[in-house]
Amino acid sequence: MSSSKKIRVLVAKPGLDGHDRGAKIVARALRDAGMEVIYTGLRQTPEMIVEAAISEDVNVIGMSILSGAHNALFPKVIDLLKAEGVDNILVIGGGIIPQDDVPALKAAGIAEVFGPGTPLAEIVGYIESNVKL
Amino acid sequence: MGSEKGLRKIIKEWEEGPVAKTLAKFPERKEQFETLSGIPVDRLYSPSEKALKDYGPELGFPGMFPFTRGVQPTMYRGRFWTMRQYSGFATAKETNERFKFLLDQGQTGLSIAFDLPTQIGYDSDNPLAQGEVGKVGVAIDSLADMELLFDGIPLDKVSTSMTINAPAAILLAMYIAVGEKQGVPMNKLRGTIQNDILKEYVARGTWVFGPNPSMRITTDIMEYCAKNLPLWNPLSISGYHIREAGSTAIQEIAFTLLNGMAYVQAGVDSGLDVDSFAPRLSFFFSAHNDILEEVAKFRAARRMWARLMRERIGAKDPRSWKLRFHTQTAGCSLTAQQPVNNVVRVAYQALAAILGGTQSLHTNSMDEALCLPTEDAVRVALRTQQILAHESGIVNTIDPLGGSYYVESLTNQLEEKAYKYFDQVESMGGVIRAIEKGFFQREIAESAYKYQLEIDAEQRTVVGVNDFIIEGEELKLPVLQVDKEIECHQVERVKLGRRKRDNKKVLEYLDDLRKVSKGTENVMPSVLKAVRAHATVGEIMHVWREVYGEWNQPKVL
Repeated sequence: MSSSKKIRVLVAKPGLDGHDRGAKIVARALRDAGMEVIYTGLRQTPEMIVEAAISEDVNVIGMSILSGAHNALFPKVIDLLKAEGVDNILVIGGGIIPQDDVPALKAAGIAEVFGPGTPLAEIVGYIESNVKL
Repeated sequence: MGSEKGLRKIIKEWEEGPVAKTLAKFPERKEQFETLSGIPVDRLYSPSEKALKDYGPELGFPGMFPFTRGVQPTMYRGRFWTMRQYSGFATAKETNERFKFLLDQGQTGLSIAFDLPTQIGYDSDNPLAQGEVGKVGVAIDSLADMELLFDGIPLDKVSTSMTINAPAAILLAMYIAVGEKQGVPMNKLRGTIQNDILKEYVARGTWVFGPNPSMRITTDIMEYCAKNLPLWNPLSISGYHIREAGSTAIQEIAFTLLNGMAYVQAGVDSGLDVDSFAPRLSFFFSAHNDILEEVAKFRAARRMWARLMRERIGAKDPRSWKLRFHTQTAGCSLTAQQPVNNVVRVAYQALAAILGGTQSLHTNSMDEALCLPTEDAVRVALRTQQILAHESGIVNTIDPLGGSYYVESLTNQLEEKAYKYFDQVESMGGVIRAIEKGFFQREIAESAYKYQLEIDAEQRTVVGVNDFIIEGEELKLPVLQVDKEIECHQVERVKLGRRKRDNKKVLEYLDDLRKVSKGTENVMPSVLKAVRAHATVGEIMHVWREVYGEWNQPKVL
């Protein structure tokens, strides 16, 4: 793979949560870091997210939830990706995620969880070092 | 000194003498200081000739046009603001217990947080509600839940605020129906429904229908309340969520007052007399970190609204000119790191709200960057208000910062800068056009991104986050978790409710609502009938989804 290929990221808001300040800021930071970013808008079901990820041929899915629905919705995205036979997309999450929930989310296949106060450079750096191009 | 000229001379001597001498040895921390909105902050403010001359028309006196110094003649010397903690989680039973706890701790009003399925009009057993039931607020599906929520709380003894927008008519109807069962007629009910759909498109995200049908339902509610619920605020025009989404203080008041004007215009266009509904319009703002800019913001907003209502709209009743508002301290300023520091942040923000003359206040709990508040955390938040009210002394005189050179200068500048947005939005064809074009959304996203970049570049210090960090900090606060069983329990409850009611009647009322919604008659009486027969929030919203369709959000980054 040529190193000039741009990383493609789907920034997604699963569930009914309307808090999109963080998702939009992260999306812009990734774009400013040279990635191609597609933002889903609000109220996406896991099915819609997986469909968009496949049709847009992304390398990364970044999901943001502040409503507390992460335990129900994050793993569902992973399950649907598996069912579609997709195993090369890096899936990360962020939002208000209690520390106690993180181990189970990671075990389900969420590669990393970024909480409030995370510097943008940390997310950019994480994607750059862990994406499978 | 005495004269303006003499004063200017002394200031010049001061700047060229002692200030210059000090600066040569000790430069200031920054070359330029500015407010959170980017307004430059001078070293010192002193009276201008204009300020002295303009005292009358610019400031007025408390309770008099243009209300810069407050909407009531005696403010907190008469009575304190309403202490109203926004709360709700799990099911009606748990939230009823929390309400009683808060009242028991000295809270003076209720404020209901609904869960997202309720706010977006899905019943708890809708597949789209999965994982969200009872999470950010209480799950309310039907009148049975609302009755349980107010069990043992007489509606003639409390005022209740409901953060509900697209389904506002339905939750108001449920509240009326609970009142009927308790023997409290609707003309005695006191409270507020947020019902501000415009800011949902702009910032908060719980829109359902497009702007035009939504505005129709809103004007129906305003008309119904004007006739039947004289003590009810049918709208709480909200800048809070605009600020939380990342706007500046200037954008917060500009966009909120623009939305306010749009509601007033919609009411007038539907044939209502402005003075029949405008006195019950209320507002909701954030109290952010920059204490004095926030005080100036509240003062500027009051003056702007008074002028807009009197001069632009031509309202005659002085009550229509008054901007009455609720305040919540800024949730987005709370940090997950060293969360106890949030108690201090909230106290300063609450101080700004009181110095700015708020009518009611929610103080955030220290744990809210992590979860919904625990009882212990919310108690400290409420105590913060009680300490300000009973111990601080700031309540004993009105608008104590009035006449502060700095605060008056900021008040003028915020007003001036906010009005610039009025011209811009009007040239775009008004608020709804600007929303459809994504104008507000883009302006807010821009400010939010700039703010974050400043934090990341350490140009802006957030204590405990990008400076004064505790290495390897471990979370020590207890976190409130909503039990997973809650969702199953509520799903069973809504299903059982549908079996127990008279379904023929429900269908008949929903059909009636469909007809009324397609026509021009006020929708409220039909909603009330359906609610009394235990039609669910999801069923009523489904009728409207069929009639009005859903809004297609412009995706703005």
